[in-house]
Amino acid sequence: MTTAQRPVAEGLFTWPPSASEPLRLIGSECTACGLVSFPAASDCVRCASDESKTRLLADSGTLWTYTTQNFRPPSPPYDGPETFEPYSVGYVELPGELLVEARLTEPDPGKLRIGQDMRLTLVPYAVRDDGTEVMTFAFAPVEESAQAESAEEAS
Amino acid sequence: MTEAVIIGVGLHPFGRFPGKPAMDMGADAVRLALADAGVTWPQIQGGYVGSFEVANPDAIVGKLGLTGVPLRGVFNGCATAGTAVALAARAIETGEHDLTIAIGLDKHPRGAFAADPSVAGIPSWYGQTGLFLTTHFFGMKINRYMHDHGISHDTLARVASKNFRNAAGNEKAWRRTPLTPAEILASPVLNHPLRQYMYCGPDEGAAALVLCRADQAHKYTSTPVRIRSTSLRSRRLGAFEVQSPSFPVGEPVVSPTVDAARDAYERAGIGPEDVDVAQLQDTDAGSEIIHMAENGLCKDGEQERLIAEGATEIGGRLPVNTDGGLLGNGEPIGASGLRQIHEIVLQLRGTAGTRQIPGTPRVGYTHLYGAPGVSAVTILST
Ligand SMILES: [Zn+2]
Repeated sequence: MTTAQRPVAEGLFTWPPSASEPLRLIGSECTACGLVSFPAASDCVRCASDESKTRLLADSGTLWTYTTQNFRPPSPPYDGPETFEPYSVGYVELPGELLVEARLTEPDPGKLRIGQDMRLTLVPYAVRDDGTEVMTFAFAPVEESAQAESAEEAS
Repeated sequence: MTEAVIIGVGLHPFGRFPGKPAMDMGADAVRLALADAGVTWPQIQGGYVGSFEVANPDAIVGKLGLTGVPLRGVFNGCATAGTAVALAARAIETGEHDLTIAIGLDKHPRGAFAADPSVAGIPSWYGQTGLFLTTHFFGMKINRYMHDHGISHDTLARVASKNFRNAAGNEKAWRRTPLTPAEILASPVLNHPLRQYMYCGPDEGAAALVLCRADQAHKYTSTPVRIRSTSLRSRRLGAFEVQSPSFPVGEPVVSPTVDAARDAYERAGIGPEDVDVAQLQDTDAGSEIIHMAENGLCKDGEQERLIAEGATEIGGRLPVNTDGGLLGNGEPIGASGLRQIHEIVLQLRGTAGTRQIPGTPRVGYTHLYGAPGVSAVTILST
């Protein structure tokens, strides 16, 4: 059985990810000064130019800082499941591009450390009444995602 | 340029007051400030009033007297009160008025602030997926700071314990039950490394200050408090600030607090070494620690030793948040910075009761920080 999935927003990351178009965050680059932005922005906050082009961001980086979310955020705006599972968030530095805030797949702060290698992935952060999984971007510690991939290959 | 001085302060208690509108709290605070200054409402020539929840706080004239006074509403997030006092002082400094008032009032519902990210110019997915929480920023900022500068969990707990202990001696504070560092470290983690008793909560309250020209202060008081400088700064590109889906790579960029502090010291002709007592934005225990350095009151990393030595306690070398700070008082946004100044005025007058710092304090310092990266500093002296 395949579960229907959809992205939380259009234009945030490549969708659906495929062999020809792997998962990447969709940012923008100012055509005047080169400033990289995420999410994609038409206006530049450095030089005030209003011309930019799409730029797919690097899919890996290092963890700059992190915290945990141990209580259900106020709804609205949060629209995740009523049954709350703690999650983590952090900033991942994409070298030469920017630091991006994201959910992290590892909820245990004891297994996270500043400077560790992280790789972009997707998580179903909510499931709608019809079973559709709503996907958002997240970063996984590289060790963890490597294990997950090998487990997938083995099954 | 004429200098502005504070001649009267008024504070409505901070906490929960079911059935009492914010406007009534504000009017009570104004009446206390007017009585403290020995002036009446019709004498007030102009003022600034700040609030987050009350759409037109200037309507407070309906409770105080319809004198036609120009009263302007202001809002700058958690720096709202810094803006109200800065503009009230500016009106005197520029000669527009001789007698002005700064008022702040708010009444927030229980629990963490909830809002649509669009109010901050941020896309919906940021809120839907659970990223739009200011508490994340404070957790992540102190986590990085602890990593870089060797601050311990015990120090976080000591800061919170100090502020609750100071609040216990403040009859107008909200959280007056002292908690030991061990009790604080036993409370649940909300956002690693910050625990329940390391965060302030939104609540209710109001405060007001009456200001006049320095050369007329003798008519009202023998203990005027001088407003030496006020400064407000917003975030710069590259700084790590609250509610940022991303920020540029590169050399670290200082927070608006550093910019506001430098400007305020320079314009006051007063250095951090001259500060006798400080009120710093302690949204959480980590923020107080970081803000000590960002305001120039110590070097990054020195807090670990200073706090262990008791330097920031009442009676220490640099008392911080003697009235309990935000941890002890909670945060009605519009009033919070005026509450800070109220405490500094009491300390500089020598009338802070059991919270009075020893010696003869001459210089007081107040600081606010909030979304989306805005900071306000006020330097006061006798
Ligand atoms: Zn540009």
